[in-house]
Amino acid sequence: MFTLGVSVLWTVAGLHQISDLPIVAFALTGYSTVLLWRNMPSRCIGAVTPNSSLMYHRNVRVIDIYLSRLALETIGATMSLVILSVAFVGFELIRPPENVLLVAWGWFLTAWFGSALAILFGAWSENTEVIEKVWHPMSYFLFPLSGAAFLVDALPPQFRDAMLWLPMVHCTEIIRDGFFGSKFTAHYDSGYLIMVNLALLALALSLERKVSRELVLE
Amino acid sequence: MIRLTDVHKFYPIRTGKVEVLKGINLTVNRGEKVGILGGNGAGKSTMIRVISGIERPSSGTVEESMRISWPLAFGGAFQGSLTGLDNVRFISRIYGVDYKDVIDFVEDFSQLGRYLREPVKVYSSGMKARLAFAVSMMIEFDCYLIDEIVAVGDARFQERCEEELFGKRADRAIVIVSHQPTYLRSHCERASVLEQGRLTHFDDIDDALAHHHHAMSV
Repeated sequence: MFTLGVSVLWTVAGLHQISDLPIVAFALTGYSTVLLWRNMPSRCIGAVTPNSSLMYHRNVRVIDIYLSRLALETIGATMSLVILSVAFVGFELIRPPENVLLVAWGWFLTAWFGSALAILFGAWSENTEVIEKVWHPMSYFLFPLSGAAFLVDALPPQFRDAMLWLPMVHCTEIIRDGFFGSKFTAHYDSGYLIMVNLALLALALSLERKVSRELVLE
Repeated sequence: MIRLTDVHKFYPIRTGKVEVLKGINLTVNRGEKVGILGGNGAGKSTMIRVISGIERPSSGTVEESMRISWPLAFGGAFQGSLTGLDNVRFISRIYGVDYKDVIDFVEDFSQLGRYLREPVKVYSSGMKARLAFAVSMMIEFDCYLIDEIVAVGDARFQERCEEELFGKRADRAIVIVSHQPTYLRSHCERASVLEQGRLTHFDDIDDALAHHHHAMSV
């Protein structure tokens, strides 16, 4: 719904006349990607308390709650991307993705990044309430920096390198490269993103393990 | 068999940490009925949780070669916003029981009628107890953990609970935590007294009750 709204807004606002980029595809890729990694931590922060009664069953662990919420979030975001893409292609608002495999690869890396971030923040939020308060403004500030609303290529070169420190910029660039890579020069490094994901996941799982061990039920 | 060896459990509190269990040793064999006596704050519930595997000991080991139930306290272990039926479905699934095989039993035993299709959070405590008991009887365990049996429901319901647990499942092991001397005397073969995180074993229930009574009155 969110992606649809933004695409309509940008099309109506006539932004497509300023640039020769496919603006609908630009909005679709940008917002879908943000929604994928940004909603995951929101779903996992404070996720244990409402489900604490399920922990009375020994085969339910903290990680199960996170995994089920992440699976739901991934399916939801993926369906949103697929349905909107098919609809937009059907109405000839966008061209079909140039490289579906590349889109899928980017989407996978984004989901991985979001999940690692979500487990990290989710587990962390069980220790301190600050996390819940910090995540909201943080996700708000990261949004304009995530690449949803700009192309790395359009940035001044010195600024470009700084932006590429942010893993989500790589996510957006890969997915856009798969959609309309021939229309712009993409800047990303899958290797860097994988390294960040691995590090984040290791950190997240070790924290989750600690939380799971020390969990006290009411 | 369940064997606890030198189990310690610490909980962090604001002013440092408290040691709730101070080296518990306990063995429960197949088919044994064991009572655990202890005053408020002696660590009974903590011990039951450690046995059931929902909390892990800070040190020491818990070995088990039986299928152990979750602590059957009337009312816990449900997700409040799901309906009774959905909870039954969920719990059957995590314990690997086919939901279709047990639903008739649950409907009959809980006598909740169409309330089974309402969220658990709107249930009265009596309704919750009926559902909880039905659910804990729908899965066959080798050992049932009973935490502080409180008199819920009318005499007829209690009679049916007795029949299900001690009649039809007389061959199972049961660990009961309770204050009520009469209840323990009629259901247990031996008892242990938990005082300030230490467990003392008695082969004879009356000795255990006398010890417990003495400790309480000092």
